[in-house]
Amino acid sequence: MQIHKYDTVIVGAGGAGMRAAIESTKRSRTAVLTKLYPTRSHTGAAQGGMAAALANVEEDNWEWHTFDTVKGGDYLVDQDAAEILAKEAIDSVLDLEKMGLPFNRTPEGRIDQRRFGGHTRNHGEAAVRRSCYASDRTGHMILQTLYQACVKEGVEFFNEFYVLDLLLNEVDGVKRASGVVAYELATGEIHVFQAKAIVFASGGTGKFFKVSSNAHTLTGDGQALVYRRGLPLEDMEFFQFHPTGIWRMGILLTEGARGEGGILRNKDGERFMERYAPTIKDLAPRDMVSRAIYTEIREGRGCGPDGDHVMLDLTHLPPEQLDAKLPDITEFARTYLGIEPYTDPIPIQPTAHYAMGGIPTNVKGEVLLDNTTVIPGLYAAGEVACVSVHGANRLGTNSLLDINVFGRRAGIAAAEYAAKHDYVELPERPESLVVELIEGLREGAGTERASDIRGALQLTMDTNAMVYRTEQTLKQAVEDIAELKRRYKNVSVQDKGRRYNTDLLEAVELGNLLDLAEVLAVSALARKESRGGHYREDYPTRDDVNFMRHTMAYREVGDDGTESIRLDYKPVVQTRYQPMERKY
Amino acid sequence: MSTATVETPPQDAVPAASHLITVTFRLRRFNPEVSAEAAWVDYPLEIDPKERVLDALHKIKWEIDGTLTFRRSCAHGICGSDAMRINGRNRLACKTLIKDINPEKPITVEPIKGLAVLKDLVVDMEPFFQAYRDVMPFLITTGNEPTRERLQSPEDRERFDDTTKCILCAACTTSCPVFWNDGQYFGPAAIVNAHRFIFDSRDEGGEQRLEILNEKDGVWRCRTTFNCTDACPRGIEVTKAIQEVKRALITRRF
Repeated sequence: MQIHKYDTVIVGAGGAGMRAAIESTKRSRTAVLTKLYPTRSHTGAAQGGMAAALANVEEDNWEWHTFDTVKGGDYLVDQDAAEILAKEAIDSVLDLEKMGLPFNRTPEGRIDQRRFGGHTRNHGEAAVRRSCYASDRTGHMILQTLYQACVKEGVEFFNEFYVLDLLLNEVDGVKRASGVVAYELATGEIHVFQAKAIVFASGGTGKFFKVSSNAHTLTGDGQALVYRRGLPLEDMEFFQFHPTGIWRMGILLTEGARGEGGILRNKDGERFMERYAPTIKDLAPRDMVSRAIYTEIREGRGCGPDGDHVMLDLTHLPPEQLDAKLPDITEFARTYLGIEPYTDPIPIQPTAHYAMGGIPTNVKGEVLLDNTTVIPGLYAAGEVACVSVHGANRLGTNSLLDINVFGRRAGIAAAEYAAKHDYVELPERPESLVVELIEGLREGAGTERASDIRGALQLTMDTNAMVYRTEQTLKQAVEDIAELKRRYKNVSVQDKGRRYNTDLLEAVELGNLLDLAEVLAVSALARKESRGGHYREDYPTRDDVNFMRHTMAYREVGDDGTESIRLDYKPVVQTRYQPMERKY
Repeated sequence: MSTATVETPPQDAVPAASHLITVTFRLRRFNPEVSAEAAWVDYPLEIDPKERVLDALHKIKWEIDGTLTFRRSCAHGICGSDAMRINGRNRLACKTLIKDINPEKPITVEPIKGLAVLKDLVVDMEPFFQAYRDVMPFLITTGNEPTRERLQSPEDRERFDDTTKCILCAACTTSCPVFWNDGQYFGPAAIVNAHRFIFDSRDEGGEQRLEILNEKDGVWRCRTTFNCTDACPRGIEVTKAIQEVKRALITRRF
């Protein structure tokens, strides 16, 4: 075992982690721990753009952006946070441009902007061009640019280091962050990183669904390990299903395709979104479009022999426009489906995409221990966190924005905290929990394969906890997950080695997915209303009287060792916008 | 043994419900914890030929042998984790469909060449990233920052568009015979990333980067075999980019 000491430790090297690292490295001795190489992070898969009211191509302002974000999130958004997001968006985009990000340009040489779902002029009048973009590879450009800036800044990375535990220690009666425990993939060695400040930026958890736009590595590691240390998870029932994933594969086809004029059609060739969102049609927010697609499918208007998908039609757009603005997604259609998007529509279905919920933080990125108390020295940003700027449904282009605005804020806040505070003593045998976990899996004589359990988990989640939910389906999911957790206790790995043991780490990741899936299902079961990405067929309307509040899920362990989930609730911060019916 | 007279339909006449065919995957296995020698191991699989080579590797790892080790993440050609040598050519396993590489014969999968193999298909990426860092892959500017964005015309933006697509998968660098023979050579990927900044109208570090690439391990080692261009899963014209850097070194205009 090795022990390291850094002022600031950042867990994760996607957009939020690297944006934080650029700030904290300038101010404190920083280590970035990532289970991948930084440029492998899933920020790179984002396509369509990053929202900011630059008003480069038409009138726009950050207040309209704030409103759209709040309404898009079905009023579960904390409005103070949304205001910061929209206001700081402008400098965030300009910062990236100054770091070298190759945005598409207007004829005048300014950053070009395009339309995106739910972003409107003057509180819903019409779609507005707010998304700053680089072709359909904006996330790739952001990830590369941030990595380049990290190289320039001399950021210290520990690549292929899996963080498996958070160390907290009570000093003067207050729980404080004291470090993290990591597993080095190359050698199997355990490393303890003592730090004054810790930032979690480890990304999403979309791999508990089968049809998912998420990378294999998005297994909610950060959420799961803080949850096991007794910290709450907020709004986990709100998971976004992106309307346009490649049929059966789930590979993302950007909403920018509809921003450029693409149209969704059912088996009759009808532009069905006209019926669901008469004003902005195909550019309605993602939760509405995904539900509309499934309604079409369920009412027998889906395409194909099984009627299980609809079509994204780009055939009326000039090939030059597709080549210039959507080159990657048109290539995905050619590579994976053998379809030429110039002439043929692309079969699509909703795909699990984004966790609106996560580790609760305030607007400084400080992690909350309950509804109000912060844990000194602990921060989170990006998809792992819940500020909450996305509420019940995130608008497209607001996540690339979120990682930049709140990644930067968390990086600065963590480094400033580290400058003013001393190390918190490590707990006794800091590595014990990780050693127990790793050795338990490695030495275990169980008979269950992790891949079988993962497959069963994904099946129950796709069947029971996706776009449409009911009490019955959610209860089924809870029951199935409980059974899978029992089976997981009997899991074993074939690879008993120390070197690059990905077999072992996949089993660890599965444990994380199981815990988080359970939190999602239990939180969803208790929310007897429909709001944003959470749609209950048995409670089809929004219930502001009983459920205008954030869910806070805590792990409880009884005296006999039995685990359970305790749900609590947190008020929503409302400033200038009163909840209204959500129509587009 | 029976000499059945009842006709059973031939394999290819089975209705569309099952598209599975048998494909042999011949993998280069190496685990220094077990043996100092690498070896070829065959895995026959029943698999849909429309699946990716990555799906086949997962099937082997998840159903047959959990010790099989490879890197992967996004599974659709964006993250650059799973470059490997498939039937003798560098490709991304997640972007290669089985049907596109003749499943009639065994499909060979081995690690990319020129970087030390650590286990199975996992190689040491550190020398590759070091070469990348050595070309100063970041925007260099002087003077005060503007309040708003720096202006750049669509034409100036287009000038370096091709090389912004790089995902640092190392398929190009590890397909280069010069790199195989001399690991000191910067290699195509590093030059591509230098090109991305040299030809960016906002950048002022071009001269510094050109001096770095003018050194003995730099751009002059390129023998224009075009392996890199063929290998690039992003379709970057890598050899052309290298030629443009060479020309810029001669003319000092970029």
